[in-house]
Amino acid sequence: MKRLLAVTLAAVSLTVGASEGLPPIQSVDIDVFDRDSVRRGAEFYVNYCQGCHSLKHIRYSRLAADYDISDEIMKSNFLLGERKMHETLQSAMKPEDSEKWFGAPAPDLSLAARARGADWIYSYLRGFYLDPSRPTGVNNLYLPNVAMPNVLGGLQGLQQPVISHEGGMEFVERLELAKPGSMTPDQFDEALTDLMNFLVYVSEPSMLQRLPLGKYVLGFMFLLTYLLYRVKKEYWKDVH
Amino acid sequence: MWSERASAFMAWVDERLPVTKFWNDHAAKYYAPKNFNFFYFFGSLALLVLVNQLVTGIFLAMAYKPDATLAFDSVEMIMRDISWGWLLRYMHSTGASAFFIVIYLHMFRALLYGSYKKPRELIWLFGMVIFVLLMAEAFMGYLLPWGQMSYWGAQVIISLFGAIPVIGEDLALWIRGDYVVADATLNRFFALHVVAIPIMLLALVVFHLAALHTTGSNNPDGVEIKKLKGMDDIPLDGIPFHPYYTVKDLFGAGVFIILFVLVVFYLPEGGGFFLEGPNFEPADPLKTPEHIAPVWYFTPFYSILRAVPSKFGGVVAMGASIVVLFLLPWLDRCRVKSIRYRSPVYGILLGLFVLAFFGLGVLGTKPVSPLNTILARIFAVIYFGFFLLMPWYSAKEKTFPEPMRLGEAVVPLAKRRGRHWDLIRQGLAAIQNSAIFQSMILRVVVGFIVFFVLLDFLFYF
Repeated sequence: MKRLLAVTLAAVSLTVGASEGLPPIQSVDIDVFDRDSVRRGAEFYVNYCQGCHSLKHIRYSRLAADYDISDEIMKSNFLLGERKMHETLQSAMKPEDSEKWFGAPAPDLSLAARARGADWIYSYLRGFYLDPSRPTGVNNLYLPNVAMPNVLGGLQGLQQPVISHEGGMEFVERLELAKPGSMTPDQFDEALTDLMNFLVYVSEPSMLQRLPLGKYVLGFMFLLTYLLYRVKKEYWKDVH
Repeated sequence: MWSERASAFMAWVDERLPVTKFWNDHAAKYYAPKNFNFFYFFGSLALLVLVNQLVTGIFLAMAYKPDATLAFDSVEMIMRDISWGWLLRYMHSTGASAFFIVIYLHMFRALLYGSYKKPRELIWLFGMVIFVLLMAEAFMGYLLPWGQMSYWGAQVIISLFGAIPVIGEDLALWIRGDYVVADATLNRFFALHVVAIPIMLLALVVFHLAALHTTGSNNPDGVEIKKLKGMDDIPLDGIPFHPYYTVKDLFGAGVFIILFVLVVFYLPEGGGFFLEGPNFEPADPLKTPEHIAPVWYFTPFYSILRAVPSKFGGVVAMGASIVVLFLLPWLDRCRVKSIRYRSPVYGILLGLFVLAFFGLGVLGTKPVSPLNTILARIFAVIYFGFFLLMPWYSAKEKTFPEPMRLGEAVVPLAKRRGRHWDLIRQGLAAIQNSAIFQSMILRVVVGFIVFFVLLDFLFYF
């Protein structure tokens, strides 16, 4: 019966693997407790992403408090224009404009890391390649025909797809750097890792309280449960 | 002096309200069999989870906004701006999954030891109504965060009512209050989730317990302890629920809370099973998710629904998979209650049933494929076969003689029977015979390493 179960489960997982048509995503090592990384990621977001994508669920003040960012740095690097500390990280672009310019409103990314997963966003941002048939000139491996232009192309460089043919079908085998950007591939991956750390933090800021608190609650419960066990033993010693 | 005053006060109260009598009837002089095992923790744990859901739910309702334009953001506000809101929400969402784990184990216990059999049919029926109410409660609660999966899950499930001939479409419309799941649906589900169903649940818990305390508890040996009473009219194999089972259940609650805390603090999404990824995207009536799956606790029944080719047939099969559980006390015609004294045939069939239930559950989380459909059909046949063939195989079972008295309250490890206990005994013996256990120095060294690895893990964050 055990073997039957194993075979059944194997069969089930095989069929799932086969149903995915897109290339496998790369994984990114997340650490929201890496303060410098999240700070760098936040600045990166403000410089490259906030132009179009809002983070309506996180306030500047919360970010500054959680990662000890001084008022001066907040003012100089984060609070662009007339923005105030108590406000959330809203984009300046109106959704109507986005719809007009790109054909779709740029989604709010507050919860992107929980909805899609950091690995997916990381892979997606590395997955742009040149495709002259698209209005933006680029396409994406993980979100085919996406409306978003390759914003980070200047940093990453431009990638050319290596096409292979199989059974009369064309598909992208891998991406090759055609024109280098201002960052080396390693630097770019590092910058994206910072950005992912920031987005994971933004998707659940309470993580910073939840994870460190758990061990004390667990410690207390272990102690209490041990005492309750002794109480039970004491009461039950004369039950035969 | 003080004790005199206290007893005088209690006497004063008892003349007006039977507090002492109630306490004695249901705790201090309620006699329970002395041999409850692991599976008997889940009744009190279900009560604990119910209280958890009610208390955290009250506080969540103070900040939640049942409005299609505000609901999603109000949940995120609870997660971010409300003090300890994240803890309340995770306790509530983890509690929902924990409730079903506890209830499924509680029901499995009844299958093991025949707790639904005469004279406990009503306890089982009330319990089944609780189960159905719980499913309704969970389904409606799941819509409230107004995420993509909330929305489309509700859309799919409510549209199932549309498959009922003649009245179907009107019925689905009546449930939704709109032509699609919309603000009206959210509002009514909120009202039902926080008021109507909890009240019904509490009333049924009272009936469930009142019926239980009338017949007395069953036990792993399936022998009625009331048949053998001492001179003082107390069952020979009974012990007062308080303090014996109150202290034992408190310990069980401690172990349960440790596991609960592990999930709430370290794994609140439950690997995508307790909180699903797509539900972190706000509901969008114009964008259907690629793959709509219900939460894990509904997947066995959802699989049965999908296993039948016609939509109406699927709805009927899914309904039947619940209804057949209600009939269990009358389907089982075996004279003996406990699996310990029933024929091994029942054990094998129950094992197959559990395998099918798990298999249906796993398949319900996966997209449809030809192989998955075939597997789901096989499992569905086993699921129904277990119940529908029961009147036949249970009547023919070759049972073992039941004991007159219960065995020891806590059976020593050496005396426990069953293959899993053999394995545990072998494992323990292997540890005791190993070099590490034999040498004091090695024991201390290994102990230190384990201790510091654990410490390191806990203080990782």
